[in-house]
Amino acid sequence: MRTINLSDVTSKVKEMFIDACENIPQNVLETIENACKAEESPLGKDVLGKIVENDLLARKEHLPICQDTGIAVVMLTIGSEVTFKGDIYEAVNEGVRQAYTEGYLRKSVVRHPLDRVNTRDNTPAIVHVKLTEGDVFRIDVAPKGGGSENMSAIRMLVPADGEAGIKKFILDTVLHASGKPCPPIILGIGIGGNFEKSAMMAKEALFREIDDESPDPIARRLEKEIREEVNKLGVGPMGFGGTETCLAVKVNVAPCHIASLPVAVNIQCHAARHKSCNL
Amino acid sequence: MIKLTAPVDPEQIKKLRAGDIVSISGIIYTARDAAHKRLCELLARGEQLPIDVRNGIMYYVGPTPAKPGRAIGSAGPTSSYRMDPYTEPLLKQGLKVMIGKGSRSNEVKKLLCEYGAVYLSAIGGAAASISETIKKCEVVTYEDLGAEAIHRLEVQDFYAIVTYDSEGNDLLEQGVEKYRKI
Repeated sequence: MRTINLSDVTSKVKEMFIDACENIPQNVLETIENACKAEESPLGKDVLGKIVENDLLARKEHLPICQDTGIAVVMLTIGSEVTFKGDIYEAVNEGVRQAYTEGYLRKSVVRHPLDRVNTRDNTPAIVHVKLTEGDVFRIDVAPKGGGSENMSAIRMLVPADGEAGIKKFILDTVLHASGKPCPPIILGIGIGGNFEKSAMMAKEALFREIDDESPDPIARRLEKEIREEVNKLGVGPMGFGGTETCLAVKVNVAPCHIASLPVAVNIQCHAARHKSCNL
Repeated sequence: MIKLTAPVDPEQIKKLRAGDIVSISGIIYTARDAAHKRLCELLARGEQLPIDVRNGIMYYVGPTPAKPGRAIGSAGPTSSYRMDPYTEPLLKQGLKVMIGKGSRSNEVKKLLCEYGAVYLSAIGGAAASISETIKKCEVVTYEDLGAEAIHRLEVQDFYAIVTYDSEGNDLLEQGVEKYRKI
């Protein structure tokens, strides 16, 4: 058994959130640069150029890329051969608290959805735990902005809807979202499972690297086709019209009930901020 | 590039057209969901606003805290549609320009024509660059709301794109129509 010190979890979570908010992943930046080259709309091209400029400035001056430094989403992958003493959720929340209060990040969490009093330290985080074999202890973090999260959607399709129904739902969702989620977007899509499983897969899909592809052949084909079709919608950078609406599509799939075809679409803005580490 | 000074000249605002690029200098105010709710509750009770919005510009933003040596933290626009239900009472008070991102309701488009006002977009996610054009920032009221407090900003050459004008033109609709292939 390997013992994980929870204070290491706290300090790592703190460091990763500040890093994620200020430093866009290099492969995301390169994808935006490529979209800027490909964009046919002059205004769209100009907007993408300004986004690249912003991301480079944020990196150089250690500023948050976006003022919406998000609600803190943390995924922990914990192997059966590691052990720790104490409250892992509190260790994560303490890291979030320190990142947002000491790291000049915005506090965007309210304690109750209806009384809406700000917690002033961006806690609590949304923490997901996945158990696995071995002595792995992996932390994935993403500050998730409200603008793109608000445009996400879930639909319980039926088997007869098939691929055509899935695509129609996704295209309708992107068109309805138009400029609100800060396109060019990344789509995290969960197909199968059940109601909550599809949503979880959609979120997990957004934690994948922007340049990877699904190991599942059907999902891989859908990723390519959906991206092409979304880019024909004409939404463009910030919704001003253009050819570059979607930087990447990530489809995760799971077995499901004979009656069901659940589909969840989690939208991510162009500032696809996430970091991961192994302790 | 059209230069605007805030507070604005209402006649100049009426002449702006969807697609124009503007560069704003002067004083603008920030407000998001929670501050809008409070402002509208004041007006509903017949009370005065804590800020003068006459010929004013409202920027939908909740900035990050300023790092030492900087006027403000990162300060890009938030989605504007959430402020749609609160827009008419402020237009009635003389507000002429709103800055945010993304589409809004048809109701808001009609109100802009009625009140001779415009809706501008700043670039979503260009928050660090935008902060460079904000020279001063102070909290005016609702400090308890944190990032959602109303801030008074002094801006210089703040870049924005006219998205809905006072004649009913919609840049977002026009743009998507032009590039849509399915």
